[in-house]
Amino acid sequence: MTHTVTVDKPLASAAAGAGGLSPMRTEQRKKKVSWRERLEVIGFTVPALVVYVAFVFVPIGYALIMSLFDGSPVAPFQNFVGVDNFTRIFNPTQMLGQPFFWDAVRNNLLIAVMSLLLQGPLALGVALLLSRKIKFRQVFRLLIFVPYVLSEVITGVIFAQILNPTGALNALITDITGADAAVRTAWLGYQGGVGSPSFWILMGVLTWKYIGLAIILFLAGLSGIPEELTEAAMVDGASWWQIQRKITIPLLSPTIRMWAFLSLIGSFQLFDMVWILFGPTQLSRQGLHTMATYMVSQGMNANRVGYGSAVAVVLFVMTLIVALLYQKFILHRDIGKDA
Amino acid sequence: MVAAVALFAAGCGNGGDADTAATPETTDTAAAAGDSVEITWWHNGTGEPLLSFWEGVASDFEAANDGVTVNVQAFQNEDLRDTILPNAFTGGNAPDLFQSWGGGELVDWVNQGIVKDISDAAADTVAAIGGNAGGWQVDGKTYGLPFTFGPSGFWVNTEVWEAAGLDAGSFPTTLDELEAAWTAIAESGKSPVALGGQDGWPVGHWWYWSAIKTCSQAALEAASSNHDFSDECWVKAGENLQGILTSVDGGVPFNQGWEATSAQQGATSASGLVVTGEAAMQLMGVWDIGVMGGIYNEANNLPEDTLPPAFLSWFPFPNIPGGAGDGNVMGGGDGFSVHADAPDAAVDLLAFILSDDVQKAYAAMDNIPTNPNAFDSIPEGSINTTVVQALEQADYVQLWLDTAFGPAIATPMNDAITAFIGGQGTPQDVVDAITNAAG
Repeated sequence: MTHTVTVDKPLASAAAGAGGLSPMRTEQRKKKVSWRERLEVIGFTVPALVVYVAFVFVPIGYALIMSLFDGSPVAPFQNFVGVDNFTRIFNPTQMLGQPFFWDAVRNNLLIAVMSLLLQGPLALGVALLLSRKIKFRQVFRLLIFVPYVLSEVITGVIFAQILNPTGALNALITDITGADAAVRTAWLGYQGGVGSPSFWILMGVLTWKYIGLAIILFLAGLSGIPEELTEAAMVDGASWWQIQRKITIPLLSPTIRMWAFLSLIGSFQLFDMVWILFGPTQLSRQGLHTMATYMVSQGMNANRVGYGSAVAVVLFVMTLIVALLYQKFILHRDIGKDA
Repeated sequence: MVAAVALFAAGCGNGGDADTAATPETTDTAAAAGDSVEITWWHNGTGEPLLSFWEGVASDFEAANDGVTVNVQAFQNEDLRDTILPNAFTGGNAPDLFQSWGGGELVDWVNQGIVKDISDAAADTVAAIGGNAGGWQVDGKTYGLPFTFGPSGFWVNTEVWEAAGLDAGSFPTTLDELEAAWTAIAESGKSPVALGGQDGWPVGHWWYWSAIKTCSQAALEAASSNHDFSDECWVKAGENLQGILTSVDGGVPFNQGWEATSAQQGATSASGLVVTGEAAMQLMGVWDIGVMGGIYNEANNLPEDTLPPAFLSWFPFPNIPGGAGDGNVMGGGDGFSVHADAPDAAVDLLAFILSDDVQKAYAAMDNIPTNPNAFDSIPEGSINTTVVQALEQADYVQLWLDTAFGPAIATPMNDAITAFIGGQGTPQDVVDAITNAAG
């Protein structure tokens, strides 16, 4: 218990470190806000605001209006149907081969949770290892970050080729097992949604792709933890595990929370990788659509512009709610103090 | 290919000399506009030799028509179809002449008043193209014309075929013969049929063909124009397909893992499996020979413009016993439509594209033209001469069902068929999914 007490104080002051000076500054500013300063504020914010409104708010409004129509790409505002599109999302007719929005929502939630559970501990472990002074540390750090730098499309194509029925993985298995007939497993073709091997293969590819970001963030966080703390703990006789558990991880928690937030948002937006690995038709058959692939396959491929927009609106609202809840209950500790 | 373009240029040089024939029309257009006319033409021929070919056509048209300027631009097919054209239509900067895929999409354009009815303005050309133009006609009026049209059928690797002890001189003409061939190929250790299930539509084509051969012309027309699927043949099509696909011992005749195989991207795709000798055949449109040739050249480090290997051959989908569609053939093509607000010169340009000279030059590049006068210009010995025969002998030519029904039906239809062939649902469920999507 003594550890936590001694640790919490530097944490609090470190967290307040950057913000600690700001109240004074704002007070000074309040005293004399000149026209020049106002012009500066306007001059700097207006261009960004214009871009933000034009490319974020206007499209959201546009999608909202389109979602009330049953339009086509060349005539998005024909056949006003009111909230019918939304009713269809929440109350779908079951048809052979037709994907369901709620399946996509479930897939997204599971991908989000599994990404946190798989990547978090793994990344933390690797980061702790790489923060120690080992040989070729820089090389390892670089290699681990490489998949994250690769574009999603390239990664998708590479893994689609490897996992293809006539791809490298099956060739390797054929060689190792010495099977008479070449192995032709369709790794990405399993039916059965999130329970199928294909889903877990997807999770594997996602982990390979994104764990680099988590590791780099954690390494950056670790480098910000003063060495004096661990040294002091060692003098007090704390074991390596105790130091990690009671000093390093608590001090790393703002970074972990920020990473989890990024990971969550990324999981909700997941599109490219899934689209390329499976293709829209098989996603429907396998029940592996994400909300974004569902939206595009309905709105763009099937030309159901209105329905696709309705899905986009629901997706936006859901992401917004998750983001706000996360900020209110979890991130506020890190960024919400002054707000 | 260079020779073909040069040949074409020479052919048109002659046309330019005989300018007098074209002059009266030209002066009409030019005079009406006061001085000069500018036409914008968007097409999907981003690759050679088509890119240079269309540019040549545009400049020949300019040369033959004083005061007419043609701005040609090529766009990638899916970009053009899904984004660029719809945006141009709604944004009011639409081109005068543009790529048009026919079917349900064109019906939507017609309903929005986007495309021009050219039935009268290009009456002679419409008559010359005949039945091939069916997919570009709505309620008896013509809203575009295809410059190429080909049926799909079985593309065969005759080396695999013969290795299974089959005769490449006589391809199956009945379903029984086809199924016997599949069994022989399966016993030889190869996949009888390659299928690119990841892409959806190649799976759809199996069900389409079953429907084409099961349904009567009347039933097909009712489905295309009114989305009427009440005829029993649509359910029967699924049952017949089940019969066809279970004819080989041990299940479907497809390559193992067809669900996760792409249609035509690289050596691991369905087209790749056929040309590399892993599978014997693929049910695919006429472009497949080009795709397979490309994969073959890449795999063997041959120059890009090497002709497709000679061991590839083609035969049509056989009739289904008891079906009502013996004379029916399914195919698709590429065409152009004229914008409703386009000047008359745009219609003239379309007629020029489909004129004997241009179509002959197009056919000479080993393409299938739509103008019957140009059929003879397909190079001798080309497999396309066999393919075009199937089209000429057909009683009724149906546009690809997904194109004919439009994207709103096509996606759920292909999804349902893929699930069906994957072992889910019943023939009735497929028809239900289609009727549900038709609304």
